[in-house]
Amino acid sequence: MTIQEIQEEIIEEFDMFDDWIQKYDYLIELSKDIPLIDDAQRVDENLIKGCQSKVWLHAEKEGDKVRFMADSDAIITKGIVALLVRVLDGQKSRDIIDNELHFIDAIGLKEHLSMTRSNGLVSMIKQMKIYALAFMAK
Amino acid sequence: MAIDIHHIRAQFPALHQEVNGHPLIYFDNAATSQKPKMVIDAIANYYNKENSNIHRGVHYLSQKATDKYELSREAIRRFINADSIEEIIITRGTTESINLVASCLSRWWFKEGDEIIISAIEHHSNIVPWQMACEQTGAVLKVIPVLDSGELDMNAYRELLTEKTKFVTVNHISNALGTVNPIDEIISLAHEKGALVLIDGAQATPHMKVDVQAINADFYCFSAHKMYGPTGVGILHGKKEILEQMPPYHGGGEMIKEVKFEGTTYNDLPFKFEAGTPNIVGGIGIEASIRFIEDIGIDNIAKQEAELLSYATQRLKEIGGIRFIGEAKDKAGVVSFIIEGVHPYDAGTILDKLGIAIRTGHHCAQPVMDRYCIPGTMRASFAVYNTKEEIDTFIEGVQRVKQLFG
Repeated sequence: MTIQEIQEEIIEEFDMFDDWIQKYDYLIELSKDIPLIDDAQRVDENLIKGCQSKVWLHAEKEGDKVRFMADSDAIITKGIVALLVRVLDGQKSRDIIDNELHFIDAIGLKEHLSMTRSNGLVSMIKQMKIYALAFMAK
Repeated sequence: MAIDIHHIRAQFPALHQEVNGHPLIYFDNAATSQKPKMVIDAIANYYNKENSNIHRGVHYLSQKATDKYELSREAIRRFINADSIEEIIITRGTTESINLVASCLSRWWFKEGDEIIISAIEHHSNIVPWQMACEQTGAVLKVIPVLDSGELDMNAYRELLTEKTKFVTVNHISNALGTVNPIDEIISLAHEKGALVLIDGAQATPHMKVDVQAINADFYCFSAHKMYGPTGVGILHGKKEILEQMPPYHGGGEMIKEVKFEGTTYNDLPFKFEAGTPNIVGGIGIEASIRFIEDIGIDNIAKQEAELLSYATQRLKEIGGIRFIGEAKDKAGVVSFIIEGVHPYDAGTILDKLGIAIRTGHHCAQPVMDRYCIPGTMRASFAVYNTKEEIDTFIEGVQRVKQLFG
């Protein structure tokens, strides 16, 4: 699936929920599914520091594709991290760089990307694109 | 005197709104308090009718604005029982007050090898300026450790004090833990060694009577915005004889007596430390916030908040699975805690959805979090307008968080 297709799929999933509590329940569920980062990669070099919660992000080049593994110490952050990994993991570098991630806004979780949240997510998205750019240059 | 909570709440427009479909419960008062109508009116009135630059113009408006600004300085002096208005320097806030002292002492008081003592439970604002002073002068930073209870280790403090100690600074009340520090003892021990002392009173002035003459610190600073006043304005109280010897901070207008290219002479206190056009409206707003506090009575405020703190602590204990961070015998304003197994960010996010504003994170006191090996805490902090009913709703919210993440 393309990045756009996965984003549309997530938006459809979230459309089923009537209220915020269902959305957050789902995020909590998602946080359990994320392919956890190996302990070897759960290190400071892979740490994206937020003021409030931490995110670990590791990326590997697989042909012309990028594989992402990530984790967070906060469950809601981790649920959103899981969505980001689902959208961008296994995609081509060029696509990762070019595609806008509009789904977070569309599913009503934009507040988690605001400056005051300081949860590492904004830096994580930036870092995912930087990885894609770096791998493309290799 | 019992306070009339309905009358008090009616004065705060911001409290009467819904957040995420729920009536707002504002428990982030240690970060900043809401503003009563008399403060908002003073600000609006200034821009509507009085706006003018102060201390210079001979015209009507300038005179009026100057009078209001200086009236505010006098209100501050009375509020903290300072000896004279020369000791009341109006700054941008506690952070600037501390930076002012650190910067000026670096050019006058500190020498290489001198020791500066701070505590392990300081806000970053009362850590970083002293690290910078140490970098600049070769002075050495020493830290008073904190006990598990959240109280300072006073035995360790006594051992840290030596002939090299030139400066000691602690907060009056810890923003992260709510600990009320034994500042009388800290100050007198420091003075015995000939050290100067600064007290960060940002969390104290909204909650308790502060008498700077009785406290006898060399510097005492606080912010208006945590005591129902405007943001961007604060106070540095300093002893006159020290302020007179200290070199100025910023150079510019207002702080000079005479400027010649051969050399400049500086203005008298307090203006020597107030370069440039100040935050006039903020300064004027302080007077209104002090009037608000004095109308209710600071002792009545303290009593109301102590009841809220004790009620919140008791209700949280009843829930179970709560770890309190900071259980000092003498506490004020703040309950800092974590729900076992729940990240503060997750908890804060859910409470926000329920219209409850608390602070989560490290509260700009990362060394405190490191000390307790936690990523952060949930902090509920109270003001005079908060109620037990709000605490009940907050407790329901905490229980909901426990269900979701437990």
